[in-house]
Amino acid sequence: MSALTLERPRSLKAALASLAADPSLMPIAGCTDVYVGLHFGTTPERRFLDLWGLKELRGIGVDGDALRIGALSTYTEIIQSTLVQQRVPMLVAASREVGGAQIQNRGTLGGNVANASPAGDTLPVLAAAGARIVLRSQSGTRTVPFDGFYTSYRNSIRTPDELVVAIEIPRLQGRQWWRKVGTRRAQAISKIMMAAVRGTDVRIGIGSVGPTVITATQAAAVLSGGGSIADAKAALLSEIRPIDDVRSTGEYRATVAANLLEQFWRET
Amino acid sequence: MRRKDGDAKVTGAAKYIDDLTFPGMLYGATVRSSIPRGTITARHISLPDGYTVADHRDIPGPNYVALIDPDQPCLAVDEIRHVAEPLLLVAHADKDALLHLDTRISIETRNGTPTYDPEASDVCFKKIAIDKGDLDAGFKAADVIVDGEYRTAHQEQLYIETNGVIAVPGDGRMTVYGSMQCPYYVHRALVVLLALPPDKVRVVQTETGGGFGGKEEYPSILACHAAILARKAGRPVKMIYDRVEDLLATTKRHPSIVRHRTGLTRDGRLTAMDIDVIMDGGAYATLSAVVLSRGVIHAAGPYRCDHIRIRGRAMMTHTPPNGAFRGFGAPQTLFAIEAHIDRIAEQLQIDPVRLREQNALRPGDTTATGQQLGRDASALAVLRDAVKRSRFHQKRKAWAGTNRGIGLSLFLHGSGFTGGGEVKLASKASLELTPRGARILVASTEIGQGTRTMHAQIVADALGLPYDAIDVHEADTAFVPDSGPTVASRTCMIVGKLLERCARDMRRRLGTLTPAQYYKKHGAFTVTSQYEPPPGLQWSDETYAGDAYGSYAWGCNVVELEVDPVTFDVTPLNVTAVAEIGKAIHPMMAIGQIEGGTAQGIGYALTEEVVMKDGRMANAQLTNYIIPTPLDAAPMDVGLLERPYAHGPFGAKGVGEMPIDGPAPAVINALRHCGFDIRSIPATPERLMRARLHHGFSKAGT
Repeated sequence: MSALTLERPRSLKAALASLAADPSLMPIAGCTDVYVGLHFGTTPERRFLDLWGLKELRGIGVDGDALRIGALSTYTEIIQSTLVQQRVPMLVAASREVGGAQIQNRGTLGGNVANASPAGDTLPVLAAAGARIVLRSQSGTRTVPFDGFYTSYRNSIRTPDELVVAIEIPRLQGRQWWRKVGTRRAQAISKIMMAAVRGTDVRIGIGSVGPTVITATQAAAVLSGGGSIADAKAALLSEIRPIDDVRSTGEYRATVAANLLEQFWRET
Repeated sequence: MRRKDGDAKVTGAAKYIDDLTFPGMLYGATVRSSIPRGTITARHISLPDGYTVADHRDIPGPNYVALIDPDQPCLAVDEIRHVAEPLLLVAHADKDALLHLDTRISIETRNGTPTYDPEASDVCFKKIAIDKGDLDAGFKAADVIVDGEYRTAHQEQLYIETNGVIAVPGDGRMTVYGSMQCPYYVHRALVVLLALPPDKVRVVQTETGGGFGGKEEYPSILACHAAILARKAGRPVKMIYDRVEDLLATTKRHPSIVRHRTGLTRDGRLTAMDIDVIMDGGAYATLSAVVLSRGVIHAAGPYRCDHIRIRGRAMMTHTPPNGAFRGFGAPQTLFAIEAHIDRIAEQLQIDPVRLREQNALRPGDTTATGQQLGRDASALAVLRDAVKRSRFHQKRKAWAGTNRGIGLSLFLHGSGFTGGGEVKLASKASLELTPRGARILVASTEIGQGTRTMHAQIVADALGLPYDAIDVHEADTAFVPDSGPTVASRTCMIVGKLLERCARDMRRRLGTLTPAQYYKKHGAFTVTSQYEPPPGLQWSDETYAGDAYGSYAWGCNVVELEVDPVTFDVTPLNVTAVAEIGKAIHPMMAIGQIEGGTAQGIGYALTEEVVMKDGRMANAQLTNYIIPTPLDAAPMDVGLLERPYAHGPFGAKGVGEMPIDGPAPAVINALRHCGFDIRSIPATPERLMRARLHHGFSKAGT
């Protein structure tokens, strides 16, 4: 096993310079998934860039009409933020169900986004909220829609020299809904989870039912257009690609995805 | 009553195996098979200096792990029977040097065809037949015959501390320290493997973070591995499994298939029970014969019936060996009979409590093996108490047709080794006088269940001394006699009784003197007592008839639960657990045993699933092997009943294993009340969904 190396930049500028010089560096923050991957030998990276000390990436505030959440905001900070509680209660609900208190203290929203797991707990919320991801590199900043951020299983449009610096969430109209279906009541990885917003338009994000988090645009369109729940469920089933794994079955995920859609519609 | 092990554990002073180091110590690792069945054709090892490598040729004695049958090699010669088969051992002073050994060691194999279905296996480890009365006559007398097939899966013990040992060689001796339940099992395995006289081998139990049977037989092979390396290197060797290796390689509960054919009169009296039990033993016999034995003896449940036939088989499959786990075969067969009894009640349209009341074993009745029960037979008492406490009938009626269900189970559990086992063990316990009281010398281990505390209480009471005047020696074979293994709910009833006898002997010898006075005048002395069967106890291994156990503890569980119609998640709302255990020596610890066993039983019923893929556990992580957290375990109402057993210490019977016998069938019966026809566990949401999708719902309104 080759040795691990860790760089600890003192500023965002220094971090971006390091990354530009060596794009093989893996940016890390809370490390809640990195440690697991290293232990199991599934994380091939050996060189790491520790962002944890970068104050520029912390903080939750309002920017224009949008809520801006710094990439290093932990789940605990999100849960405790009055702004998030008021504007995106479904994100608070999702954050509460990530791991246990220790994980919530270390895990970050930016890490959840960059890690790109289809089982990332907050990702359906960002999909349903129509969030934007703020990326920065030495050559500048770009803000991209969360829809389309992921290109395939654990891959995104983020280039190796870019960092996720913030997540922007527009002001949401309508009722928000969230449910995680885990393997147990605490300390569980999701078998499936759904976030949804019911306003003049309907938006639905769903996780663990495909190679990436999925924005269920067709099911949402059926519901927005006054279609029946049966048609919406059929549309949803055509949009997801659930599989069998050690945690659940594709059949279960499909059935429960449809059930969750119905529950969301009934409860909002 | 303060726990003897409490202060050291709470303050962190207690030393577990990984807390210990020895000068010059190396770390050991195991190179395992990666295929479920095959033959080794070549081994290529390219390691630089500094490594110690050992294989089967480094074993001085016979190459097997001594337990019951000499069939399990300590290190493979050429045959591979499971994916975790140990092939080579490697040691190095730097623990990190043992990572990624697979890049430097390659094993060539010729693959064989594995068998995973015990019914398709052509190797049988053990067959047992129990016959009582005349089965044909029993079926002739029946108005109704009910058939049923029930299945249970692997379950992992999931002690918090993984398996680990340190072997220290020297001067023609071998000393092994480790996390274990049975120091003398490890001692025997080492004596055989190393071909050493017994007095040259010493085994010391270090503070142990849980066992549940998972450290009954497994530490023997691990101790042998460490000792082989230590002998070859001439240095101490530490081997500690990480969680993944512990889950992949160590024993699990035997999966089972149990088939019932039951004859009854129209009003619900049992006339005939025909029971077929199949246990999946995994790759080697290990303890399968005795797990099967306890399983078949409990297979007819706590019921009286004149005509019974039970057939049991333990079969070989190509997965790591299955082994001891709290309950030891009984949870499997009691799951089957208790789920079956509810199906019978349903078919006869008799209330499930009434059906059980009618057939429950009473004092003077005989069990399947013909054992006549004493006055402490308490099936009716626990059943009635649990039904009353839980308001079973009101809830059963009120919840009909909803997504809430209530179900119950009635069970018994034999205390101590089965049949003639205790006579063969001939266990010993000793008590040594000290200036302030007495010191207990037993090989029984404290594994979190309270051995030291409970033994000290028994001795203190029998000696008439305060609890604090009693010390407990660590379980070290150089000092303590062989009290038998810490298994089979025998530590209180059997070993506790030996200690009670020692204490009474010591009391007589002290006369009117206090320990301090006697010690000053005459010095120390030690009294020892050895197991003697209670008068009249008889057992035949040939006919499998007689007194299977000295006594039985009795239990009844009522489980209340709710099924989420969206996700098929099951929420246990409440569990009522009533146990009759003779005498609770330490009521709080006894209740703790019952609560812990019940939670473990809820996990067995609902979430704990060993996902086997090509003979390998595919979910060998705490993240994916789902034990209940406190949020998943239900609130519990525990009731203790005491009907003293004449030959237990102060009347005590066994308590450790029984609590895991009842929750699974009670859960499945509660799910049946909700309309789900489930006959195998774990009843995961995925299985409940299939039951709903493919079989529909059997009652209206849900």
